[in-house]
Amino acid sequence: MSFLDSLGVYRPGNSLLHRAPVGPKLLGLVVASIALVVVRGPLSAVLFLLGGAALAVVARIPLLQVLRALRALLLLALAVAALQWWSSGLERAVESLLDLLTLGLLGLTLSHTTAVTDMLDTFVRWITPLGRFGVDAERVALTVGLAIQSLPATLTLALETRDAARARGLRSPRAYLTPFVIRVVARAHETGTALHARGIGD
Amino acid sequence: MAEIRFEGAGVTAGGRTILGPTELVLREQRIAVIGGNGSGKSTLARLVNGLVEPTVGQVLVDGLDTVRQGAQVRRRVGFCFTDPSAQLVMPTCVEDVELSLRKRLPRAERRAAALATLERFGLADRADVSVHALSGGQRQMLALAGVLAVEPDVVIADEPTTLLDLANTRRIGDLLLSLPQQLILVTHDLDLAARCDRVLVVEDGAVRYDGAARDAVADYVGSVV
Repeated sequence: MSFLDSLGVYRPGNSLLHRAPVGPKLLGLVVASIALVVVRGPLSAVLFLLGGAALAVVARIPLLQVLRALRALLLLALAVAALQWWSSGLERAVESLLDLLTLGLLGLTLSHTTAVTDMLDTFVRWITPLGRFGVDAERVALTVGLAIQSLPATLTLALETRDAARARGLRSPRAYLTPFVIRVVARAHETGTALHARGIGD
Repeated sequence: MAEIRFEGAGVTAGGRTILGPTELVLREQRIAVIGGNGSGKSTLARLVNGLVEPTVGQVLVDGLDTVRQGAQVRRRVGFCFTDPSAQLVMPTCVEDVELSLRKRLPRAERRAAALATLERFGLADRADVSVHALSGGQRQMLALAGVLAVEPDVVIADEPTTLLDLANTRRIGDLLLSLPQQLILVTHDLDLAARCDRVLVVEDGAVRYDGAARDAVADYVGSVV
């Protein structure tokens, strides 16, 4: 299984986290994300990362899958850390790097142990009371579900566009980025049409 | 079978006629729509479930207006696209079929129903696999499973075999033609079209020929050669 195929994909299992209710898991991710931002310092970042790793172990995510996910995320995290080093110093850079890896681990653990459809049901339950203010719970939940799914879909488009540019001998970033952005927008439009055709959101 | 009625329905965009005013009554079980690229075939098909709204006239499905009663029409008319990738919006196969069933079944029944649908389409062992890990044929099969899970009365398939290899073309084609539902099949595959009960030949935004499959296919081939 490639990294692309494992992104955001639920794997049925019997671990403690698989059996845990969806609501607390989602809330836990939200709280952990806030804590990562609020609690400062490299020591706390290391502790958070260890906590994230422990949860991944509890969820029984194969080590190879974790490493693949972190490898892809590491590129982004290193870029952010380099920027932080330049603007705020080494300590802040290390903290940012570790925090981003922790967030990636937590996201991977949640998606590995929780079906997106179960997350949608939970969102709908949470948001339904807002219906009196005109909020369409199904539509909001679907948007969240689509956001989760859009990551691997967008990466697929990025890889296809990069290969197409290479095949034509084009190396400039513009030759890659322009068609990529156009394809992402076109795919979003196609997805909207397909959802409409399936009667989802009617 | 449902009665699909085009009452002078046509589509213009930017001053250009995509499909001229069309009068049709479709009651047959298997209807093929053939014609060249850009002839108006897909527009004709998309009018049936309200994906495209007519700029003149109206389209009725069992008396339901596709514009004013679009949601009701879409519950009866399923649509399958050429590229299934745009149609598959959940991470795994079973979750995508479950999405189709959200409005039909309570939560407790959805997973079992989705798994049963996948079993029907030979995708049971792919249930928890990422939709991105499927082959082209499996993706199209899954897209069809998502459409058929809600048991529509009419299935529209817009060039469903164009991106497939020969084996999958035959597999998907045979499956579509064996459906108990009414089928509107937009296709360039003349062998598939020849197996339908009625064939519409669309050219330059108009239905140029409408008749029995063999005659219509022969007419189309004759017009191209």
